[in-house]
Amino acid sequence: MESFFHSVTLDRKLCKGCINCVKRCPTEAIRVQNGKAKIIKERCIDCGECIRICPHHAKQAVYDPLSILDRFEYTIALPAPSLYGQFNHLDRVDIVLDALLQIGFDAVYEVARAAEYVSDITRTLLEKGGLPKPVISSACPAVVRLIRVRFPELLPHVLPVRAPMEVAAQLAKAEAVKKTGLPPEKIGAIFISPCPAKVTAVKMPIGVESCAVDGVVAAHEIYSQLLRVMKPGSEAAPRQQTAGRIGIRWGQSGGEADALAHDQYLAADGIENVIRVLESMEDDQLGDVEFVELNACSGGCVGGVLNVENPYVAKTKLERLSRFKPVYRRDPGPVPQEMFFDHAIEFVPVMQLDPDVSVAIEKLRRMEEIESRLYGIDCGSCGAPSCRALAEDIVRGFNTEMACIYVQRAYLQSITQEMSRLADNMPGEEEEERQEE
Amino acid sequence: MNILQMSYEVPGDDFTHAGEASSATKRALKKLGISPAVVRNVAIAMYEGEINMVIHAGGGHIDLSVTPDAVTMVLTDHGPGIPDVEKAMQNGWSTASAEVRSMGFGAGMGLPNMKKYTDEMHIDTEVGRGTTITMTVYLNKA
Repeated sequence: MESFFHSVTLDRKLCKGCINCVKRCPTEAIRVQNGKAKIIKERCIDCGECIRICPHHAKQAVYDPLSILDRFEYTIALPAPSLYGQFNHLDRVDIVLDALLQIGFDAVYEVARAAEYVSDITRTLLEKGGLPKPVISSACPAVVRLIRVRFPELLPHVLPVRAPMEVAAQLAKAEAVKKTGLPPEKIGAIFISPCPAKVTAVKMPIGVESCAVDGVVAAHEIYSQLLRVMKPGSEAAPRQQTAGRIGIRWGQSGGEADALAHDQYLAADGIENVIRVLESMEDDQLGDVEFVELNACSGGCVGGVLNVENPYVAKTKLERLSRFKPVYRRDPGPVPQEMFFDHAIEFVPVMQLDPDVSVAIEKLRRMEEIESRLYGIDCGSCGAPSCRALAEDIVRGFNTEMACIYVQRAYLQSITQEMSRLADNMPGEEEEERQEE
Repeated sequence: MNILQMSYEVPGDDFTHAGEASSATKRALKKLGISPAVVRNVAIAMYEGEINMVIHAGGGHIDLSVTPDAVTMVLTDHGPGIPDVEKAMQNGWSTASAEVRSMGFGAGMGLPNMKKYTDEMHIDTEVGRGTTITMTVYLNKA
């Protein structure tokens, strides 16, 4: 099995061993062991739910520092559309793009612009037919990973088109090579990310052999630096914005689906809702829906844990910024060719109990048996998210029934009863007591 | 031979819980490492059967057994029975009420879909007594 890189990590010093994250994780990838949370790497999809919920800030995302710019001779910022929704009183996207140049980037290429190409090609593919319907968007890396580990039968439905971030990096670098004459390795394309899943997607690319993005900086990391150089009403900011309404609205749930100008679409956001839609899809219950846009974060990318603003406020701001924009801003002309996956996305069988079905049946039977002995209150004190998950851990050999505090209590009660029974029957002591009387 | 057996009660006229049996089955089959295509076929067939029991039969129960060779589902209800099985097997033929149809169910695809997604299907029905449907999906298709 491939090894997994994860952006989501744990700071052991800060972890109190509570079970907030354990309960919240959509793939049951976290356990508390010896008083500290532990992430099961194969299962983690980097959705960031644990980062969101951890009251002690022990769950963190790993990303690159802004000093990554020093590694390259020429750098290009790739701002996610959701970045535009992070600022108050912003009336022009140009102000943000100009600020990116001021903090050290040599150029800016809007991911929103690449998103318009992706919308274009998706619309063409849907019209052409041939893809199994409903087609699922491949833009959210946490969703793609979720499908790989939990919904493998839906993999053929995933749109085989590279995510806007990837397309933006490719196009931006090609432009930069032409403009500067530098070799590609001296040019750094740095994504300004709303979420840890994108950090992971750069290190472990989705649908491509290697990712064209050279680094990922968190939106919240450069937020204050951007604020410092952004002047209200800075009319001087050069007009360089390249994306229209369609591209900007990719930053929020529904934006990608809306861009298809198609009635039969569905957009779900928030990991629980995403799971519900995928479950219905498994049961073939989506009817005539042709396109499914899924975002792991509530509100879409504006809801990413590396953002600053409340997702719904950010959404309103994106709407305001994009309202008077032309629908499309991208240059007319053919859609770039290298936009399809060159690498199949594969099933990662991390949920199975055993590679041999016969052994797995035996294990599942034992798991059901153990579960029936547990108390079914899913308290999480054992460090697993539910009694069923504990039963599974036991069958996999990672834990024992004694991890359950209720099993422990019953055991202690039974041995104390046994001890007092034994004590009552100790002849010597009773005689001594009698003599004393 | 190794065999896993599970059973589920399906409540009648309760659309909010419909689909729970097929969800639990999917979870179990995934734990067994059964191929995604088989899981999907079982899920679709079982969901259709479950909904049928909710709509037409006032509930029932499902017995599931899994061996290394096949998944077998037996859906038993004590509903009205199916008077004309041949007709019920036709695409789009339905006796569902207008109310049920307005909820997006009762499109007359239930039984045909169950047949389509399983390798074997047997219907045992008697008007006034109920229906038992046995469906099998093989794990290793020759």
